[in-house]
Amino acid sequence: MTHTDEWPLWEVFVRSKAGLDHKHCGSLHATDAKLAVQLARDVYTRRQEGVSVWVVRSDQIVASDPADKGMNFDPMEDKVYRHPTFYELPAAVDHM
Amino acid sequence: MTQSIELRASADLQYLLRLGDTALILAQRLGEWCGHAPVLEEDIALTNMALDLVGQARAVLTHVGELEGRGHDEDQLAFLRDERDYYNVTLVELPRGDFAWTVLRNLFVATWAQLLWERLARSSDPELAAIAAKAVKESRYHQRHAADWVVRLADGTDESRRRTLAALDALWPYTQELFEGDAVDDHAHASGLGPRWADLRDAWQSEITAVFGEAGLPTPAASRFRSTGRRGVHSEHLGHLLSEMQSLQRAYPGGQW
Amino acid sequence: MYTQAMDTMGREPVEGNSGIRSATDQRMEEAFEQRIDAGDFIEAKDWMPEHYRKTLVRQISQHAHSEIVGMLPEGNWISRAPTLKRKAILLAKVQDEGGHGLYLYAAAETLGTSRDQLLDALHSGRAKYSSIFNYPTLNWADIGTIGWLVDGAAIMNQVPICRCSYAPYARAMIRICREESFHQRQGYDALLTMMTKGTPAQRAMVQDAVNRWWWPSVMMFGPPDDQSPNSAQSMRWGIKRVSNDALRQKFIDATVEQAKVLGVTLPDPDLRWNETRQSYDHGAIDWSEFWAVVGGDGACNRERLAARVQAWEDGQWVREAAVAHARKHDLKEAA
Repeated sequence: MTHTDEWPLWEVFVRSKAGLDHKHCGSLHATDAKLAVQLARDVYTRRQEGVSVWVVRSDQIVASDPADKGMNFDPMEDKVYRHPTFYELPAAVDHM
Repeated sequence: MTQSIELRASADLQYLLRLGDTALILAQRLGEWCGHAPVLEEDIALTNMALDLVGQARAVLTHVGELEGRGHDEDQLAFLRDERDYYNVTLVELPRGDFAWTVLRNLFVATWAQLLWERLARSSDPELAAIAAKAVKESRYHQRHAADWVVRLADGTDESRRRTLAALDALWPYTQELFEGDAVDDHAHASGLGPRWADLRDAWQSEITAVFGEAGLPTPAASRFRSTGRRGVHSEHLGHLLSEMQSLQRAYPGGQW
Repeated sequence: MYTQAMDTMGREPVEGNSGIRSATDQRMEEAFEQRIDAGDFIEAKDWMPEHYRKTLVRQISQHAHSEIVGMLPEGNWISRAPTLKRKAILLAKVQDEGGHGLYLYAAAETLGTSRDQLLDALHSGRAKYSSIFNYPTLNWADIGTIGWLVDGAAIMNQVPICRCSYAPYARAMIRICREESFHQRQGYDALLTMMTKGTPAQRAMVQDAVNRWWWPSVMMFGPPDDQSPNSAQSMRWGIKRVSNDALRQKFIDATVEQAKVLGVTLPDPDLRWNETRQSYDHGAIDWSEFWAVVGGDGACNRERLAARVQAWEDGQWVREAAVAHARKHDLKEAA
């Protein structure tokens, strides 16, 4: 059932500390971008300072289809030299 | 039954209590929305605001207690004064109201508070200046949230506009008090403690005019009505609010919480 | 406690499990179960059996409803909190609960339902929430007691769900558990202050609260195992937490010790240390009370639901106004 008062869904990404990436932390309902950003701050960064917040309408996100996993991801997994975690570096340099 | 504390408020203390009590009483009203807001996200946002205001009240009341020098702490001041010794503006003790009433009152108070805290950050009282430096960021956020909502409601549906206009009509007369002047203000101004509230009027008015312009709201005519909460003479609402707020402290003399 | 839904579900029909599956579905299900066995996380767009999806929607949403309704008994004391510090703590705690409800609705929405649909189910009485919130908060010590006992029980139930196979739910639970840590502590701290530094009247207040909240808290872990339709399937999927009785015993054992430190008497004259079991024996639980409350006849069921429905209905014009305003602006920008 559709309601005239139903608010669209937005996905929220938060950078918790300078230097880190924005991380997806969940969703919320808002009617416009300004409200979405404000509410994201209130809901997902409560009582924390100095964060950056991205909001995107959920229906605007384009995602890969998990059913294509065979095509997009398995080739990587077959090739042991591609993925950084497949290389065992000496402890002294193992911080990359 | 715990008796009221006797407050000896010099001009400076009254100046500070006007600020601290306004935060305290508005926090009390905003807290009434907890669990009852129109949408979960706003429940959290309004409660955040209440928390900020409780924090401001705690800081100011603690400072008042220290300045008074009679051993009163933040809680004795918050919970055990007689009604006549509270100096919040009447505007904040009015009932919680509907959402339009709430955001409009928040707009009026936060716009004023932001201007006041900005100037208090340069107070001759270093403790007050430090409190102000933190509070101004909070008021800025409260003001933005409120302004955005006033615009949404004034320019939303017919019903939201009707309710916003009704709230405006009822609340506007109480905003006059935010710019009153008296000996307390003159003293604060002279000592560098803080600005005369009257000196904030023009800046406040131009900010409100800007928001009203975006919202398509008229600025009501001035009236002769003057509320007098900042002098300790309140509306009938504060008595009920304080009975509830003070009830546990009054009922448990000597209680530790 | 929030997984109470799993226990009462045995008395409700389960949809989506007709038992007749196509060969493709059967293959997909086998592959799915293999992923579960391998400890894989299931994400929102992964194939999942309809029964899994429906079970999760019900579980997660009822958990969310519990958080929201849970704001009401505690919210009842915000205006009367006795100190500014306690007021701030209570506001923050109740706000956290709202936030937890929000995270959980968000997780449920990844399964193809909307928050409005879920709220509809709550407001119409179709969806359940944890029955502990149908008890009234009658004095200030109830607030500390809820923190100590109710949140204590909730934490015991919640930690295992952080390993739930459905990743959005697991992630929400991790976030919730991280924020939950101060809830139980602040409740216990408030009681400890009153018991050790307070007046006789305050101590009496605390004892009164404990007298009323002990048995309902013990019931929060759900009916005895032999009366719970333990779905082996749900346990494999990591949705159903461990045995009700085992968790209940763990809770009782921990809490009896905490009660001793507080100096309160738990209202069970049959509480006795059993040296053989290395656990506390306890008195018989009145399960008729539990089922009455679950069935809608607790002290506050009607009031709690009415409060939520009222807030929702009162807020309709606000939500509509925001939508209308946004629409006007979209049109303006498009022009």
